[in-house]
Formats: sequence, C-alpha cells, structure tokens
Amino acid sequence: MTITLFIPCFVDALFPRVGISMVEILERLGHTVACPEEIACCGQPPFNSGYWDEARPVAARVLEQLKDAEAIVIGSGSCGAMVKKFYPELFTNTPQAELAKQIAARTWEFSDFLASKLEVTDFGAKFPHKVTFHDGCHGLRELGIKQSPRMLLANVKGLQLVEMAEAETCCGFGGTFAAKFPMISTAMGEVKCQSAAETGAEYIVSNDSSCLMHLQGLLSRQGKPMKTIHLAEVLNHR
Amino acid sequence: MSTFATQFLKQARAMTADLRHRRIIRTALGNYEIARDQGRSSFQDWESARQLAAEMKWEAVNHLDSYLEAFTAKIEARGTKVHWASTGEQAREIILQIVRDKEARSIIKSKAMTAEEIHLNDALENAGLNVVENDLGEFIVQLRHEAPYHIVFPSMHLTRCEISDLFQRELGSAPTNDPEELTMIARRVLRKKYLTADIGITGANFAIAETGMISITENEGNARLTAALPKTMITLMGIEKVLPKLEDLALFLPMLATMGTGQPLTCYNTMYGGPRQAGESDGPEEWHVVLLDNHRTELLAEAEQRDALHCIRCGACLNVCPIFRNVGGHTYGTTYSGPIGSVITPHLRGLQDWKHLSNASSLCGACTETCPVKIDLHHHLLQNRRNASAAQPSFFERLAYKIFGFIASRPTLWSIAKTLGRWGQPFQNLVKGSALDPAKAWTQTRDLPPLAAESFKDWWRNRK
Repeated sequence: MTITLFIPCFVDALFPRVGISMVEILERLGHTVACPEEIACCGQPPFNSGYWDEARPVAARVLEQLKDAEAIVIGSGSCGAMVKKFYPELFTNTPQAELAKQIAARTWEFSDFLASKLEVTDFGAKFPHKVTFHDGCHGLRELGIKQSPRMLLANVKGLQLVEMAEAETCCGFGGTFAAKFPMISTAMGEVKCQSAAETGAEYIVSNDSSCLMHLQGLLSRQGKPMKTIHLAEVLNHR
Repeated sequence: MSTFATQFLKQARAMTADLRHRRIIRTALGNYEIARDQGRSSFQDWESARQLAAEMKWEAVNHLDSYLEAFTAKIEARGTKVHWASTGEQAREIILQIVRDKEARSIIKSKAMTAEEIHLNDALENAGLNVVENDLGEFIVQLRHEAPYHIVFPSMHLTRCEISDLFQRELGSAPTNDPEELTMIARRVLRKKYLTADIGITGANFAIAETGMISITENEGNARLTAALPKTMITLMGIEKVLPKLEDLALFLPMLATMGTGQPLTCYNTMYGGPRQAGESDGPEEWHVVLLDNHRTELLAEAEQRDALHCIRCGACLNVCPIFRNVGGHTYGTTYSGPIGSVITPHLRGLQDWKHLSNASSLCGACTETCPVKIDLHHHLLQNRRNASAAQPSFFERLAYKIFGFIASRPTLWSIAKTLGRWGQPFQNLVKGSALDPAKAWTQTRDLPPLAAESFKDWWRNRK
C-alpha cells in the first residue's frame, strides 16, 4: 500500500524524529511511503480561532495535495481530527465538500492506522522504561481513539505502562488557547504533570506532539526529570 | 477587548495562582466524580438513557410553543396565575407588582438560577424588601454578599472553617467545624424566616405540559417549606424547562440527581399543581408562575445551537471542565459558568462582550462527553468563535493567519521561515520570558523546544 504521510508544521520544524520514526516503521512493514512537500499546515489554528475564511484556502491546498492518496496517515490526533472531522464541516456548501468527505474517510491517526487498519501491533520495539500515556483530547474525543495506542504499547518489550489519574483530562495545550490564556493553560499542564509524576513514570508518551511540546516545556522549565516522547518514537526504538 | 474580558483575564490570573483554591475545588470535584460514577453505573445503559433524554428534550424544545400553551392551560385551570416575561426587566416588574399588591415585607426564597440571571434579589432589596435565601449553600453566599460559585454547589469554594467564621461574624454563633452543627445554626435562623415571610419564591427544575405541574428537586426540604408556609408563592422559571409528559420525570429526576450530585435521587422531589384547593388544609393561597424568555427564543431560532436549551442545569459540564476547575466559578462573571455558561452567555448577554468565554477553552470536549442531554457544548464554543470573528474580526489576528497560511503552504517560503527561525532562536533565548520576547505568552512558564537543525522535510529531501 502507498501510504501518504501528512507531517504537521510543528512536527516538521520541531520534532522531525516523530516523522522519521513513522516512515521507518511503515517502510519496515513493506509499505511505500509518500510525503507531499507542499503541505505544512492543516489550517487548524485559524479554524479553531474562528477564522474559517482564512483556514479554508490553507485546507484547500491540503485537499489538492491529498486528492489521489490511497491512505493518509497523520501522527497527531489533533491535526488528524482537523482533516477527518472538521474539513467536511469547513467545506460544507463549497465545491470541495465532496472531496473533503472523501479525504476524511481515507485519513487515519497513526496509532489507529496501525492497530485498526493494518492490524499490526508488534514492531519488535524495545523501550525498557516505565511510562504513562496521555490521551490527546482530539484523538480521544473527536476520533474516539483510546485502545489503539495502548495495544501498541503493550507489545513493546521492557515497557511498563502505568495509567495516571485523570489520564483523559486535557493537558491544557489547546492550540492558540495556550498563548491567549497562558495562565489557564499552564495551570492545566501543572495538574497533568503532577498526575503523571505520581505514577513514578520516566516518560509521558502520547500520540500528539502538540500536547507533549506543552508538557515538556513545563517540565523542562521546572527542572523536572520526567521526559516526554511521541508514541511513534517509542515504537521505533530498538 | 470588552471590560468583561479584561476582568476575566485578571481574575483567571489571580485564581490560577491560588493553589489552595485549586486544591479545594479539585478535592471536592474528585469526590463528586466517585459518586457520579457510582450513580451512573446503576443505570442499565447510560448511553441509551442519554440518547433518550436528548430526544425527549429535542421534542420539547422543538415544539416549545405548544407544550408551553398546554402547560399554561392546565396549571391555570387550577387557579394558578401564569405571567409571561420577555425580558429580565419584565420578570422583575411582574414580581415587584405582586409584592406591592400583597404589601409584602419579607420574602423567603429557595434556590433559583433564573432569579440570579435577572438579579431579582437586588431588585427586591432595592424596593425595601427583606429577602432570605434558604438553600444552605445559597444562604452562605448571600451572607457573604457573593454570587453562587456553581449552579448546583453555590458555596463549594468555602471550607467548614470559613463557614464557621462567617456564621460567627454574621449570626453570632459559637465556633464549630462540625457540618451538622453548622447546618443546625443555619436552620435555626431560617425556620423563623419561613414563619414570618409574606411571600415564598422558588425556581423550577421541570414543568410538565401534560398535567400542568412543576417539579422541584432538592435535598434540604427548603423548597417545600417555601411553597407550603407563606400565603403567596411565586415560581420563576425559564421557558425551556417544560417536558411533555409526567412519565418523562422517571428518567429526568434520577438523571439530574446522578449528574448533579451523584445521588440516585435527591432527598425531596415535589410536584406542585396549583395553589391551595377547596377542602385542602395547606399550601399557598395564591400561586404565580413567571415564565421567563430573556433571549431564550433567540437561541431557539438558531438551529445550530438550539440544543443548548436542552440543559437541565445539572452542572456536570462544570465539574469535568479543566478550565472551571482551575479558574473557579466566580471568574466567569456570569450566572451560568463553565462550558454551558460559555456557550449560552454570548447568546443571553451579547456575543462580542462575552466571546472571550468561548475562546477560553482548549476545546477538549470533556463537557460534551459528560452532558446527560447530549448538548454539543465544545463545538458550540467553536461556532461562537466563528460567529464572533465573522462579525468583528481582529485585524492583526486575521493578518497573522493569512501570512502563516501563505507561508506554510509554500515549501520554499516554509524552508526560509525555518532557517530564519533557527538563526533567531538563540537571540530569543536571551530575552526568554521577558517583555521583549515575542513568544512571551508561551515562554513565561514553558520552555520552547529548539527548531531542529534538520527538519523532517530536509531529511526527506536528503534521503531521496
């Protein structure tokens, strides 16, 4: 199968290891990986801020780039939800409405693509650490993904998963919310980091780099030893 | 930025820095969650119950006109006087007129969020009346001259010690940390008030069109006394409270109790069908029901967000909201706080003045997930943002999105931007978190990750 990766803007610029891990995992499974270079942003920041007219041209370019893709995989529940759930809404009553729906149906969040579509859950990964998993809200509630990442982590050798209290509570990132209401965003992040720390885990794992950027930012600033890592990197760790 | 928005930001800054407050709320709501989960597990199929409740409310709200007429006809037939108030001002005037007609001096009032919504107590007090709230939580916040902190738990932000101090100061009682003793202190004060009150004012949890009754659900028996002792009773309720059938309560009463407090049912559930009838020995001589619109019909006219009128005011969305849990109820500056408040306040009080509440959300969706009547809360926040930006866009924000979108869709420009960012980042690090830092909103409390020396796209291009 040819799998088209949509690498979100911040993953491209800040967390290339996440994208590289996804490419390596999918290629090891024998798939051909494509990655349209034209795409960087899914349009979520203007969309979530209410600027739908500004979001539409950005999203339209994404649709154009992805229109022939067989399967589209995104390593972020948030950007995944944007394409899968909100593009059809954004393009309602426009000429691209049908295309948006078709592309939405062919789009997958990475962990769910592996576990539900490819039905592969063991990649021979080794990660001898105690970890806790943070459910990004968009993946969890917009896309309904809860078990897939856990099924994948269950097959990582040496990995011990300890669920934190309030695992499903938002970390406080929320896109532009983090910058518009930094005090609330920070307070929410502190609660999350505390819940994670109480598990005694060395790493917070998530399928969303945006949540992790926020949490790692807080942990680093506060000099906490806990680290964050994207699920794809864990699955590619040998 | 509206003055309400400025106030919200100021208050949010203060409350998020108040770790003690955050701990009190988190503990209280942690206990609520345990009770709620237990209550929910006694439903055979919670998701089906939600679906059914949403459908019943849909039916009621989408045929509100006929159900309200049916309700009114039935309840008037038993001698109740029904008043229709389009605005809060009209509702206040109707109630003040009743008060004047009765030459009333003192009023006892059980819990009613609609009364908070129209600032009824202020209006009555300004007219020289003595008004006493008799729900324990409401009584406490009234003594503190505060608005209720939460639509179900008005004084959840206070500890026993604070309540004891308040009672010592305001009621001259002896110090105690025993909740039962504190309750008894309030009860002794309140019992006297019931006996001397000229008028009792209540809210309503549901109104039944089929039988012409209102349903009040409570835990302290205070609403019953409010309805039973004074000669005149006034009930103020929003028009969206109506349900088609009496049997609908078989679902809604346990649902409201479960999601509101985690109880299977509240301690007292009473149906009121009219004033004292011939041959009856108790009940008010006169009963007035005031039906309040106050912009609800405008929300009804909006198909996209009409389901916000399904709300049964259980408070469940507030309890799970991480924003509410960190900023607290008073920060919102509205009668209805939390997610439902952020959705409806822009409709009730003006979109541009209150849009900040819709922005102050990470759109996590915990509210929508918990709502027993399936209001699409967090997507309504998104729609409020869209409507607010379309009506009154911010020039700079729009420009920023246009520029970002333009760059991010063009590989060469995107590459240049990343390179410039890599050069700029060491300089930004020098001013990190200070007023000079363009990323200050982020970097005051959080580190920014470094831009990768080789971006994913660089890597992809190089390996090809």
